[in-house]
Amino acid sequence: MKDLFAVIMLSGIYGLLSASFFVAMDAVDVAFTEASVGAGISTLLMLVAITMTGRTEHPVNHKPLLALAVVIVTGGLLIYGTLDTPYFGSAQAPIHQHVAPRYINDSMQEVGVPNIVTSVLASYRGFDTFGEVVVIFTAGIGVLALLSMVYRPRVTDKDTGKDTVDIDTFNDSMHEKHLILRIVSKILLPFIMLYALYVQFHGDFGPGGGFQAGVIFAAAIILYTMLFGINTASRVINLSLIQILAATGVLIYGSVGLVSLLNGKNFLDYSALSTDPIAGQHLGILLIELGVGITVASVMVIIFFNFAERRESIHGVENNAENCSKENDEAQSAKIP
Amino acid sequence: MDMLMQITSALFLLIGSFLCISGGLGILRFPDFYTRLHAVGVTDTLATAMILIGLMLQNPDGLVIVKLLIILLMTLFINPAASHALAQAAMQNELMPVLDKKDTNGKVTSSNP
Amino acid sequence: MITGLFNDWVVIVLMMIGFYIVIAHGNLIKKIVGLTIFQTSVFIFYISMANVKGGSAPILAEGIKLYSNPLPHVLILTAIVVGIATTALALALAVRIKEAYGSIEEEEIQKKDNLDC
Repeated sequence: MKDLFAVIMLSGIYGLLSASFFVAMDAVDVAFTEASVGAGISTLLMLVAITMTGRTEHPVNHKPLLALAVVIVTGGLLIYGTLDTPYFGSAQAPIHQHVAPRYINDSMQEVGVPNIVTSVLASYRGFDTFGEVVVIFTAGIGVLALLSMVYRPRVTDKDTGKDTVDIDTFNDSMHEKHLILRIVSKILLPFIMLYALYVQFHGDFGPGGGFQAGVIFAAAIILYTMLFGINTASRVINLSLIQILAATGVLIYGSVGLVSLLNGKNFLDYSALSTDPIAGQHLGILLIELGVGITVASVMVIIFFNFAERRESIHGVENNAENCSKENDEAQSAKIP
Repeated sequence: MDMLMQITSALFLLIGSFLCISGGLGILRFPDFYTRLHAVGVTDTLATAMILIGLMLQNPDGLVIVKLLIILLMTLFINPAASHALAQAAMQNELMPVLDKKDTNGKVTSSNP
Repeated sequence: MITGLFNDWVVIVLMMIGFYIVIAHGNLIKKIVGLTIFQTSVFIFYISMANVKGGSAPILAEGIKLYSNPLPHVLILTAIVVGIATTALALALAVRIKEAYGSIEEEEIQKKDNLDC
């Protein structure tokens, strides 16, 4: 398959299929995350990347026989290795015997949160989640280091002090073409953000939590950016504020741990946060999920904005930056049966 | 009464699944982008509505109905907008629909053999 | 045995497909897509291991006795988000390579490197 656009669309479908597989496996939290991240954000970022790197793949001259041989040998060895693994769904498998029963049985008394995945993620294994938030933050910094452009000063009209008319006429000239989408998305955007907040704070009682909420919130902002142009969006959302927010999320997470330390208990031991240990757990989980959500949303927005601004500075502000070429690609791919 | 609810809910779910399958069949069999878009846009929205109404009838009390109603409302907003976006993108890039042509006698011939 | 180990074999097939894409194709974007397929197959492996026959989702509710194992769910949740972060970084690198070398095909990049030194 030579057309990378079709490849990326298929990988998005693959992500959605694996999300539905996770639902069938009773892993609702994971399905939620995979659907929002794998089928949504990942496809989007790859599409933005190929608008900059080119849409087709050059053909390979040599036959990849060695690669095929390596793959078959590795596959054979792995299949031989699985002959000893426990059967699918058996309740006597070793992974169900040692640590998991303690989490399932004691989670209600020790943490008091119905969603066991949230209690394990945020309380029993809170340190791992801290590392993960730092990894996300580092990826955001990495993208900033690679792709951020020097700040282009806006040309201001000396008489009136307003920005030049270019941006406004540019937005107005797009207005008729994208009218329906703009109106519908303006209606929907507050609901998307409300849903993100709902997912954030209901992570205790149902599937949800900080990661999914952050991704959905970022998706709302990205929708606005795609429809209204990067210039309008960067006037609405101050990018340096978003960068500060990303760091603030990690800071909140770390501070919760430090407060526990200062109160005389272990790092990230939430029972030190309040007189009643269960209330302390609730407070701790709330605060760190907040930190996680803030960081994830900010980092996703930072990554997208950097890709978009890079693209705009390469290709210039002609007829609607990514929007037109994306639609171009969509239409062309529709010709592929 | 309970039996009636169950039967109507099952009926709605069945209609919804049938519409979904026929939408999928439409994507495979229709000749042109716009016809395919029409097939999937209409049938997917209606199928989602039917399935959600069927689910609402399964459990007719509680917060679940409000949540399903909101999902239905959102879907009714989003699906037509998405179809419109696709069709407009195709139109903008000059993907013309396959139309029937009239030959000189006035008889209508299809451009597909 | 076939039905018992079926999920393992499906995962291995997916993993090998992803592996093959990474090593056999020259285009950087395709390699990144192959890596994503590989990652997702590993997630499927873990989640299928966590499933308990007759169990339900690991959210405590009245009247349910058997739950699926929540520990792999937690690990995979972390892994998915870290995966997207690394994919974003890889795409940023691909964009920069394109700007620096003019192409994202592995052979052309290597040719340029050999010519320069």
